[in-house]
Amino acid sequence: MYAQMVKSEASQEDPEKLAAFQKRIDANEKIEPKDWMPEGYRKTLIRQIGQHAHSEIVGQLPEGNWITRAPTLERKAILLAKVQDEAGHGLYLYCAAETLGVSRDELTEMLLDGRMKYSSIFNYPTLTWADMGAVGWLVDGAAIMNQVPLQRTSYGPYARAMVRICKEESFHQRQGFDIMMKMANGTPAQKQMAQDALNRIWFPALMMFGPSDKDSVHSSQSMAWKIKMNTNDELRQKFVDQTAPQAEYLGLTVPDETLAWNDEKGGYDFAEPDWSEFHDVIQGNGPCNADRLEARNRAWNDNAWVREGMMAHAAKKRAQKVAAQ
Amino acid sequence: MSDPRNEWPLWEVFIRGQHGLSHRHVGSLHAADAEGALKNARDVYTRRNEGLSIWVVEAAQITASSPSDKGPLYEPAESKVYRHPTFFDIPDEVGAM
Amino acid sequence: MNNALFESLLRLGDNTLVIGHRVSEWCGVAPVLEEDIALANMALDLIGQTQMWLGLAADVEGEGRSADDLAMLRDVWDFRNVLLVEQPNGDFGQTIMRQYLFDQFHLLQLQHLTQSTEDRIAAIAQKAVKEVTYHVDRSRDTVVALGDGTEESNRRMQAALTKLWPYIGEMFAADAIDLEMATAGVIPDPASLRADYDAATRVVFADAVLTPPAGDFAHGGGKTGFRHSEHLGHLLTQMQWLQRAYPGARW
Repeated sequence: MYAQMVKSEASQEDPEKLAAFQKRIDANEKIEPKDWMPEGYRKTLIRQIGQHAHSEIVGQLPEGNWITRAPTLERKAILLAKVQDEAGHGLYLYCAAETLGVSRDELTEMLLDGRMKYSSIFNYPTLTWADMGAVGWLVDGAAIMNQVPLQRTSYGPYARAMVRICKEESFHQRQGFDIMMKMANGTPAQKQMAQDALNRIWFPALMMFGPSDKDSVHSSQSMAWKIKMNTNDELRQKFVDQTAPQAEYLGLTVPDETLAWNDEKGGYDFAEPDWSEFHDVIQGNGPCNADRLEARNRAWNDNAWVREGMMAHAAKKRAQKVAAQ
Repeated sequence: MSDPRNEWPLWEVFIRGQHGLSHRHVGSLHAADAEGALKNARDVYTRRNEGLSIWVVEAAQITASSPSDKGPLYEPAESKVYRHPTFFDIPDEVGAM
Repeated sequence: MNNALFESLLRLGDNTLVIGHRVSEWCGVAPVLEEDIALANMALDLIGQTQMWLGLAADVEGEGRSADDLAMLRDVWDFRNVLLVEQPNGDFGQTIMRQYLFDQFHLLQLQHLTQSTEDRIAAIAQKAVKEVTYHVDRSRDTVVALGDGTEESNRRMQAALTKLWPYIGEMFAADAIDLEMATAGVIPDPASLRADYDAATRVVFADAVLTPPAGDFAHGGGKTGFRHSEHLGHLLTQMQWLQRAYPGARW
C-alpha cells in the first residue's frame, strides 16, 4: 500500500526540484530535516525508520523473555544491558523519524493497530537459553549487516542514529556468540540445545534481509535515494559467507544440506528460506505475532495513566511557577 | 487514539564529555518537564560513561536557520580565505609558526 | 565463620537481588521508552551490588560457594531479604512506590555502611551509595509526580502506599544479629534509621498528596527467613530454573 502511495506522489513532484534533489544525493550530501525533499522520500523514510524502530521495541520481547531466567548474575546483567540497548535504539530511531513530521505516539499507534510492521524475526519464540546465544549471534549479526551501510544513508538524522546504534551494537553479536561457545563446549544437553536453536533460527535469520531482489517491491527507488544501500540478496550472501565458518567453529551443523563453498563465485551456495512461511508471518500468522502485539498493546494501554499523570504534574508545576512570578 | 496533548514534549540533549570539548548534541528524548528530561538524558545517553555534564533544551524552543538562507548565511565566509592560516606562505627557515 | 556477619551480608545481598529481579521484570513493557531504559539501569545497579554483597558473603562463609551459588541454589527459607522487595510488581504505581520505600531506606543504610568498621563492607557501600542516591532521586520524583498528577494516578499511588505500608516496619526491626553487628560497628542498628526515614518520607507523601495509612502494623519474617510471602518461591522458580534443571552446567 505504501509502495503505491509513494509512486503516485513521486510523480506529482516538480521534475526540476527532483533532479536537483537527486544531484545532492549523488554528490553524497546529507539531506537534513528542513531541506526540501520529495514526498515519496519522506514517506519511505518514515516507513523504513518507523519499522526499524518498531523492530527494536518488539525485539525486546523475545530476549526479555529470558531476563528473569538467566543462569548467572553476570548473564542476567549482560542480557538486561543488551535488551536495554534495544530500547535505546528504538528511541534514537523514533527521534530520527520525528524530524520528518510524525510523532512517536502516532508511530506507536500504527504499530499497535497493525498499520505498520516490524521485522518478522521477532514473531518467532525463544524457547531455551541457547536461543539467547543464537539470537545474538544470528539475528544481531544479520541486523548489523543491514545497519553498518546505513550509517552512510542520505538522511542526516537517520545516518547519525545508525552511527550511534552500530557503535553500541558491536557487543551484542559477541555476547551471543559467547553464549553459543559456552553451550557448544558444554554438557551434551547444552550442545543439543545450541544445535536446536540454530536449527530453528537459521532460516528466519536469512529471511531478515527480505525477499529475493527479483521480488522486492521497494528496492530501486530506495537505492537511488540512498535509503537502502545494498540489495537483499547481496546482504544475505554476505551473511551466509560470514556465518557458515562460525557455525563450523562451534561444531554445529547449519540446517541446510545444500550449504557448500563455491570456489567460482567465491561464496557459499545455500538454500533459500521458505518464502511462503515468510509471507505467512508477515500476514500475522507467525508463531508469536498475536502475543507480541498483545504485549505491546498492554504495555501502552495499561500504562497510559502514568504518561498522563506525569504530564498533569508537569502542567501543575508550570502553572505554579507562573503564578509565583 | 491517544490525546496528542498528552504526548511528552521532545527535548534535545547536549553532553560534555571527559576531554574538555564543548557540549555536543547527542540526540533527543521525551520527558514531561525539564527535570525529567535531565534524568532521562542521564539514563538514555550516558550508559557508557559518555558524559560529565548534560544540557537539555525543549526542541520547540530552538530557533534554527533555514536551508534556503544557506547562500547569504555561509557563502560570504568562503571568500575570506585570509582568515585561514594556510593563506600565508611562511618560509621553511622560519620554523614552526 | 562469623555467622552474624554472613547473615548480615545475605540480608544486604538478598534485598538487592530480589528487588533488582523484580525491576528487571519491567524490561520491554514499561510506560515509555525512557522509563524502560531508566528501570533497566536501576536493575543493573542492583544486580551489580548483589554480586558484591553475595560475593563477600560467600568469602566470609569460606565453603567455596560463589555469589551465583548463593543466588541460584538456596531455597526460600535461606533467603534473608525483607518482605517488601519480594512483593509483586503490580501496576507501575505499585512498583515505583515499592522502589521509593526501599530506596529511601537503602540510601540511609548505605550512608552508614560507608563508615563500617569492616573495610570490605565500607568499600562496597561507597560504590553503591552513589548509585542509590540517584535511585532515590528518580523514584521519589516519580512518586511525587504520579501522586500529584491526575485523579487516577493519585488513586493508584494511594492504593500502592496503602498496600505496601505494612511492609515498611520490617526494614527497621532489629534482631540479635543486627545488634551484634551494630555493636561491633559493622552495620547501623536499623532502628536508628527510622527517624530520618520518617522525616524524608513524610515530605514526599505530602508533596505527592498521599495520606499515610493509620497504624504501624508491620509484617515480619523476611529478613530472618522465618516466614517469607508466597511470592518469593515463584520468583525463585524462574530465577533458578536453569541452574536447577541442569546441575553442574557452566553458562
